[in-house]
Amino acid sequence: MTLIDFIQRLLGREKPSGALARERLQLVLAHDRSDLNPELLEQMRREILEVVQKYVEIDLDSGDVSLETGDRVTALVANLPIRRARPLATPRPAGDAVAAAPESAPPATDDAGTPDGLNAETAAAVEPDAIEPRQT
Amino acid sequence: MTPASARIILICSGKGGVGKTTLTANLGIALAKLGERTVVLDADFGLRNLDLLLGLENRIVYTAQEVLAGSCRLEQALVKHKQEPNLSLMPAGNPRMLEWLTPDDMKTVSNLVAERADYVLIDCPAGVEQGFKNAAAACREAIVITTPEMSAVRDADRVIGLLNTQGIQPVQLVLNRVRPKMVANQEMLAVDDVTDILALPLLGLVVEDEQVIVSTNRGEPLTLNGTGSPAARAYMNVARRLRGEGVPLIDPSKERRGLRARLMAKLRKSGNF
Repeated sequence: MTLIDFIQRLLGREKPSGALARERLQLVLAHDRSDLNPELLEQMRREILEVVQKYVEIDLDSGDVSLETGDRVTALVANLPIRRARPLATPRPAGDAVAAAPESAPPATDDAGTPDGLNAETAAAVEPDAIEPRQT
Repeated sequence: MTPASARIILICSGKGGVGKTTLTANLGIALAKLGERTVVLDADFGLRNLDLLLGLENRIVYTAQEVLAGSCRLEQALVKHKQEPNLSLMPAGNPRMLEWLTPDDMKTVSNLVAERADYVLIDCPAGVEQGFKNAAAACREAIVITTPEMSAVRDADRVIGLLNTQGIQPVQLVLNRVRPKMVANQEMLAVDDVTDILALPLLGLVVEDEQVIVSTNRGEPLTLNGTGSPAARAYMNVARRLRGEGVPLIDPSKERRGLRARLMAKLRKSGNF
């Protein structure tokens, strides 16, 4: 999902413009503060999805990796609905998979048709000041 | 170097036209009235206007550049305000010598004037380029002024980031040109929205006030002649809070939701508005 899509989704219908301004500002500031352009963010999103897909099947359409901001701290937030865990083809590092889906993924054989059932949510805080270009 | 007592405060915004110079002029007069020896330093010398707002445009002969060059004494470049002798204006430079000043020059000048003042207010140019860097180098604390508009808040956020990397502390916020009616209708960013987003302590709230333009026309800042208008009261309160007085902040959008808002609504309905 591109930045524009995200903004439009946030738009909704007939929202007072004050609330819209707040949402748009928070989004643009998240990007400003992190110095990540949309292209880089998209690349990061793809790579995150690739890694996660090694372990679980995720719903690509409703998945979302975005930057959020609050109190001058920017966070990378991934909300990835899990369809089901991957079959145990390779000896997987069990600890990592559990960490990605804290509600513990169901067995791969059944429960296939429950998207949105599980969300792997990860957040990495980024201190904006740390990335701000240094003054000379 | 400088006496520890003088406070050197940068007044900046990033975006132009949000009220830096108006705040500097009004705050300067207000502090002077409260008995503080105050110097306002116009660092926006490429497009200087602080002299105009203070009504001192015809009295500028020298600038900080002549002081640094040794071609005049410091006292000659400090233009004393007629009605408020506690306040002096010093233009940082000549509009024709834009490239002349460096951050070190600004630091030298502000430290020089700080020796004979309680407060030094530096009116920062818009932008985050050299003019801003010069002005920021000279200050110890900062007031960021913004309006409840997206572009102004975004630019303010950028400036706050730069002030943080330079270790300038404290940084406080003045929210200018708030329109209570629009906030009440949720068609403008609310006070809480802006303070939440920028995460700065709120030093003052100034409502949109036509008297600001009138006062500029006259070259007499609103704080000079009492506190008759809402903006004048707000600027006076900023000065008091800056000195550490506990003046409570009142959110005008909440205050006005009472009788006045209802009256306005009635007027509008009856077509008299």
